[in-house]
Amino acid sequence: MTHINTIVKNGMRKTGNIGCGECKSCHQVKKPLL
Amino acid sequence: MTHSFSFTYHDRAYYFMWDSESGSLHNVDFATFLIAKNRFEHDLDEDQLKQLNSLNKSDIDEINSELDTLVKEGVLDSPCTVFTKSKRIGEIKALCLHICHDCNLKCRYCFADEGTYHTRSRAHMSFEVGKNAIDYLVKYSGHRENLEVDFFGGEPLMNFDVVKQIVEYARSIEGETRKKFSFTMTTNCVLLSDDKIKWLNDNMTNVVLSIDGRKDINDAVRKTVSGKSAFDVILRNAQKMKEARNGKEYYVRGTYTAKNLDFAKDVEFLNDAGFDQISMEPVVTDIPDLKITKEMVPQILKEYEKLAEIYLDRRKTKDKWFNFFHFMIDIELGPCVVKRLTGCGSGCEYLAVTPTGDVFPCHQFAENKEYYMGNVFDKSLDLSVSEKFAKNIVTQKPACQDCPAKYYCSGGCCANNINFAGSMNTPYDITCALEKKRMDLSLAIQAIEGAPEA
Repeated sequence: MTHINTIVKNGMRKTGNIGCGECKSCHQVKKPLL
Repeated sequence: MTHSFSFTYHDRAYYFMWDSESGSLHNVDFATFLIAKNRFEHDLDEDQLKQLNSLNKSDIDEINSELDTLVKEGVLDSPCTVFTKSKRIGEIKALCLHICHDCNLKCRYCFADEGTYHTRSRAHMSFEVGKNAIDYLVKYSGHRENLEVDFFGGEPLMNFDVVKQIVEYARSIEGETRKKFSFTMTTNCVLLSDDKIKWLNDNMTNVVLSIDGRKDINDAVRKTVSGKSAFDVILRNAQKMKEARNGKEYYVRGTYTAKNLDFAKDVEFLNDAGFDQISMEPVVTDIPDLKITKEMVPQILKEYEKLAEIYLDRRKTKDKWFNFFHFMIDIELGPCVVKRLTGCGSGCEYLAVTPTGDVFPCHQFAENKEYYMGNVFDKSLDLSVSEKFAKNIVTQKPACQDCPAKYYCSGGCCANNINFAGSMNTPYDITCALEKKRMDLSLAIQAIEGAPEA
């Protein structure tokens, strides 16, 4: 890849241990930026 | 969906592609930005189309090949796989306790009408109501171990003894109930004496300190009931509270209005005054000389860009480093999809209790009889109201389906949507525009701060 520098992939966790409800209620090589 | 955007910092433009469904962020060169924006969003202006047409075919083919690789990998233009139609209801994990429907300030934009919530009377919560509210929270908390109680008003320090009694009671039942309570308070700082600061510091997980920024800006909208300035007292007390926190969570929270669309200066003022955890939020009101209008949005978006540059600069220093609440985004370890769909949890897992013990979906709905949900004394909870809020989910809002920020705003504030867009399920377009801009800037800030020097 010469035109694209991926910062993060799949940052949203949709599987595994999700929805435990204990959080608060209003569980890539870094490169210089192009 | 794929959203392409740019951010200019120190006269250098950075280009990004954001895949909202997978939560993937890519930094790209300008040619790729043009091709991606045209390919996935069909949203190039006339100048950009000319620049796109000037690219040579071999470059375009090479870039499209790289884009194809990411699409196949599921980290670009990835399809929606989240179809949940309702939030969970029946279990509560947070209560906003209206410890006091009374206030010593008379802020012009206050949604709570000087703390009275449009009831034309002032009321202080008794310990008996507070104790029953804690029992109510435990009763409906199900399997959840971590429970939160926010002391809210009006001004909660006007009923400080009851705050202390409620905390003491909750702590006394933690063992037998196998629950852990976290307490927070939102205060205008006027009554923050040294002994109150010490007690709050020992007992609050987070303290929110309300101040709008520069003295003239603050005093134009936040005055005492007798119409005087309390700015010097507020600033001094907030600084003392911040010093006492010594690393524990706190933040100063300001509101900007039509009178200070140059709100980056207010953020700088607060940072220069020694605060390193800062929030500055747009007013939501229909007061003619304060309200944010559509015509103001372009200027506000530019102001956020200016603030992002100031933010990046100051975070490189030792003495002016700060967090800005709306730029705090975690692209690697952010919340799971269930939390993103739940949002604030109002009406479902986050409720408000008035001084008389009546229960409402959140502080914005307090004393609105249409949304009455029960009472802490008879332990009633009307789940039919919860169901309305549970169905108010971002996956079911037509206007949100192609929005790149939908998993960050969760469909917006229910109260604002009702009051300013006409219904709970219709997002308020002004706050949408600001949210999208803040998300773009937050992503760019994360990328710039995380990248090694070239």
